[in-house]
Amino acid sequence: MTERVRKLREQSLSAIPRISTERALLATEAMESAGMVSAPVRRAMAFRHILLNKTICINEGELIVGERGPAPKATPTYPELCCHSLQDLEILNTREKVSFRVDDETRTAYRDRFIPAWHGRTVREKIFEEMTDEWKACFDAGIFTEFMEQRAPGHTVLDDKIYRNGMLDFRRKIDESLGKLDFHADPTAFARQEELKAMAISADALVRFAERHADALRDLAAQERDASRKAELARMEEICRRVPAHPPRTFHEALQAYWFVHLGVITELNPWDAFNPGRLDQHLLPFYQAGIADGSLTPDSAKELLECLWVKFNNQPAPPKVGVTAAESSTYTDFATINSGGLRPDGSDGVNEVTHLVLDVIDEMRLVQPSSNIQLSRKNPDEFLKHALRIVRKGWGQPSIFNADMVVEELLRQGKSVEDARNGGTSGCVETGAFGKESYILTGYFNIPKVLEITLNDGVDPRTGKRIGLETGPADSFGDFEQLFDAFRRQMAHFIDIKMRGNQVIERIYADFMPVPFLSILIDDCIAGGKDYNAGGARYNTNYIQGVGIGTTTDSLAAIRRHVFENRTMTVPDLRKSLASDFARDERLRLLLLNKSPKYGNDDDEADGLMRRVFDTFHDCVNGRPNTKGGVYRINLLPTTCHIYFGSVTGALPDGRKAWTPLSEGISPVQGADRRGPTAVLRSAGKMDHVRTGGTLLNQKFTPSVLDGEKGIDNLAHLVRGYFTMGGHHVQFNVVSAQTLREAQRKPEEYRDLIVRVAGYSDYFCDLSKTLQDEIIARTEHSAL
Amino acid sequence: MTGTIFDIMRFAINDGPGIRTTVFLKGCPLHCLWCHNPESIAPKKEIFIRESRCIRCGSCFEICPNHAIARQSGRYVTIRETCQECGECLEVCYADAREIVGREVTTGELMQEIERDRVFYDQSAGGVTFSGGEPLFQHEFLLSVLQTCRERGIHTTVDTTGFSSPAVIDSVARWTDLFLYDLKLMDGERHKRFTGVSNELILSNLKRLVENGSAVVVRMPLIPSVNSDRENLRALGTFVANLRMVREINVLPYHATGVEKYARLGKEYPLTDVEPPSWERVHDAVNELKRFFDNVTIGG
Repeated sequence: MTERVRKLREQSLSAIPRISTERALLATEAMESAGMVSAPVRRAMAFRHILLNKTICINEGELIVGERGPAPKATPTYPELCCHSLQDLEILNTREKVSFRVDDETRTAYRDRFIPAWHGRTVREKIFEEMTDEWKACFDAGIFTEFMEQRAPGHTVLDDKIYRNGMLDFRRKIDESLGKLDFHADPTAFARQEELKAMAISADALVRFAERHADALRDLAAQERDASRKAELARMEEICRRVPAHPPRTFHEALQAYWFVHLGVITELNPWDAFNPGRLDQHLLPFYQAGIADGSLTPDSAKELLECLWVKFNNQPAPPKVGVTAAESSTYTDFATINSGGLRPDGSDGVNEVTHLVLDVIDEMRLVQPSSNIQLSRKNPDEFLKHALRIVRKGWGQPSIFNADMVVEELLRQGKSVEDARNGGTSGCVETGAFGKESYILTGYFNIPKVLEITLNDGVDPRTGKRIGLETGPADSFGDFEQLFDAFRRQMAHFIDIKMRGNQVIERIYADFMPVPFLSILIDDCIAGGKDYNAGGARYNTNYIQGVGIGTTTDSLAAIRRHVFENRTMTVPDLRKSLASDFARDERLRLLLLNKSPKYGNDDDEADGLMRRVFDTFHDCVNGRPNTKGGVYRINLLPTTCHIYFGSVTGALPDGRKAWTPLSEGISPVQGADRRGPTAVLRSAGKMDHVRTGGTLLNQKFTPSVLDGEKGIDNLAHLVRGYFTMGGHHVQFNVVSAQTLREAQRKPEEYRDLIVRVAGYSDYFCDLSKTLQDEIIARTEHSAL
Repeated sequence: MTGTIFDIMRFAINDGPGIRTTVFLKGCPLHCLWCHNPESIAPKKEIFIRESRCIRCGSCFEICPNHAIARQSGRYVTIRETCQECGECLEVCYADAREIVGREVTTGELMQEIERDRVFYDQSAGGVTFSGGEPLFQHEFLLSVLQTCRERGIHTTVDTTGFSSPAVIDSVARWTDLFLYDLKLMDGERHKRFTGVSNELILSNLKRLVENGSAVVVRMPLIPSVNSDRENLRALGTFVANLRMVREINVLPYHATGVEKYARLGKEYPLTDVEPPSWERVHDAVNELKRFFDNVTIGG
């Protein structure tokens, strides 16, 4: 790492996140001065107003310029989506984790200006106004969450178009589209014209934004005493006059072009998962090779430039939510994730020199932002996988590993062309998408175990006593397991219907009130169709509902089947009584459910078969149903941290889980239920039909001793390749720290699955004596990398 | 054909090449004082009790048909002499504090378990390892499983003490891809004292295996004050070097993690006064061995 990067990184890490009023003020001015204009043009004018008036920030020593706020980590707000209350600001300012500094001027601006100006005009208020009572009841009960109540649809990634086209090229395409409008035959011609006009305004605005940076760089260069920095500033000025108006010619120009585009997307609105450059290694390769060939670039200088870009990502914390409680901490991470490796559009191995450079950057920078992943195809060399695993082994959670061949298969199954599929990858947590061509919107998490809980209570949520589900009959009346399962299926369909009805309305609210003409320039085929990204302008339009808690649901159903219907060790009323009391006087019965039932994650065909049925049930309720944008709904299975929230509203369950504790996360087994080691977990997860999802998330944890040396890397590599041979979508490895082992000592219940290995002998950590546990903790500390 | 096993460990990464499934066969003719699998020694089933899990519900006490469980000041104590290992208490022990170690499996059943991780064997050039106990102790069963593995293209490793008749060694060697062969002590007297048997057969069988062309890795548990002395290392190194075709020596530093298991079996740990060797000591031993034989590694 160069001294420059070290300083920039240090500055980024030590910058204190705070709320900036700049964007809110400019957005408010734009809203107040908007005349009789269409929604897209109104939004484009607001975008222009912000870019033409926001503070230009150039940090000392940096090579890539542009901040979303007036300074690093000065975080803007988006009052058109949702406006923070004074109480929200107070919580953000004072909460212990993920806080944002709020100063008095900000409070005053909110109190006197933004809150009154936006009252009754935000998307969030509009959404809650339009939702039905039953939707609200389910939302409050924690059956599902709603993604778009605070942030805009986004969930998309860029392809290679900005490296071949400047904004002026996009302007020409927009003009061509305008020229083709047929006002005689096409009743939507006027709407298209408004959208295209808005795109043109937005493209021009971004060019002006870059020019403002060029001007600032010129002024800085004039004052600069240090000759080499002066030359750098002059070169950077030249770059900002070139891109993004024109296509980039060099590695440096390519990175700066991307960064301006990135800033445009996250300034226009606050889209989910921010934005990300997608297959950065492939996009940059031609620039890298040309630079190396003509001597203008070295591997080291290329790395330094990439690292300067990394700092830029880290300078933009995820804008904070509204309506938070002091306990909620959320995260600074905005889910931009860099994809490396995978396939090229022609189907050949996509790993190149830049791939390894990017991996080195990830390793050196160790930043939470941008996040990173590798797309691993069977065509990629093992050396690539092992390079990534050597970083994984360091135990800070990056990069995660995706099965590129499965990602392609998932996209093909959804009807994408083979080139579009190979150009795709994953973004956010684990979501599959066709980069540059798809709007793949995550609409909300869905609490599958809660549906089972309500099924056991004849449609009533036992937490509140409210009936929010169907009357599928008292659980005592189910004569056999199939009757119970059928009731579960009907409840699931009922709640999915409620969720989707809400989605359809919310989708139109964004289409009609909150278009994104700038983002639309970047995603095919919005320009060609004159249609906004939020209104279905993308080539592919997929909506997702994310299932949470499949492990918990599976184990609960397996326990009921085993003990109520097969062994008849208990009756439904017994079980319900125990659950209602959270096993208060029934620890023995809880242990029966916990220890003597089939559990998902052990390569047990009985439990895994039930997992497949739960998967099918959820899939069949969602998959293929139309959205309002010409696309359809799909499922994926990922939790982020929602399994904790959903757990907090879900009572005791038949798998022995105590009330209000976390649900299983992603497609991982219930915490502590997997007791046959990692290959058994992978086998169980491999029985899921991943190809019918748009992403699944599997977490695996290891103690450092398993990962020791080259053999440890080989072992991990073989586990990954084995899982992907079975069709797994994603796996992420966590290295268990000494701290975790201490936690396990304190709370053995939550860490029952933790296996510690010593040569020739292994055992469950929690079964060992305190002395031995201490010895292993000491050894783990010793071998920590 | 059936055999008695006491455990199957998947993702075994220290018992031969690649990712393996290790099958532990029950029964061993040796009684090494440092044994970390004490439940492997007796050929018959045994009851294993994890005291820390017990919730003192008394269900085992109530159900035991042989009155082998007694109540003593709120605790439940198993009278092992009376226990018939019928397993009825396991069913009602919801806390999973009780376990019967040792179960009979057929070749077919065992193969099904072994096959489960085939995808990982294929990726890693791994396979199955038979350990124990002493796997040769149930050689007929072992042979039938080995033969089936060979038919199905699964790599096999046998982790053995080598204490068996030469005829058994020969027949097993035909169907085994790799031996992990324990050598502990070169001095016959000391060997007998610490393991209960003489090492003559062990040494001659090793020679026999190597001469007949089997792939062999020698494993030496390094136990302070038992076999870590220079004299033993020198004798062992020389012996292995003279065999010429041994692939490598793995030095396995002694660890006391088996202590827990003795308690679960209601037994006393016989080697209480031995501490695990320091890193320097392990390295010294490796260097001493290397004077005679090149390929010495720590761990398996």
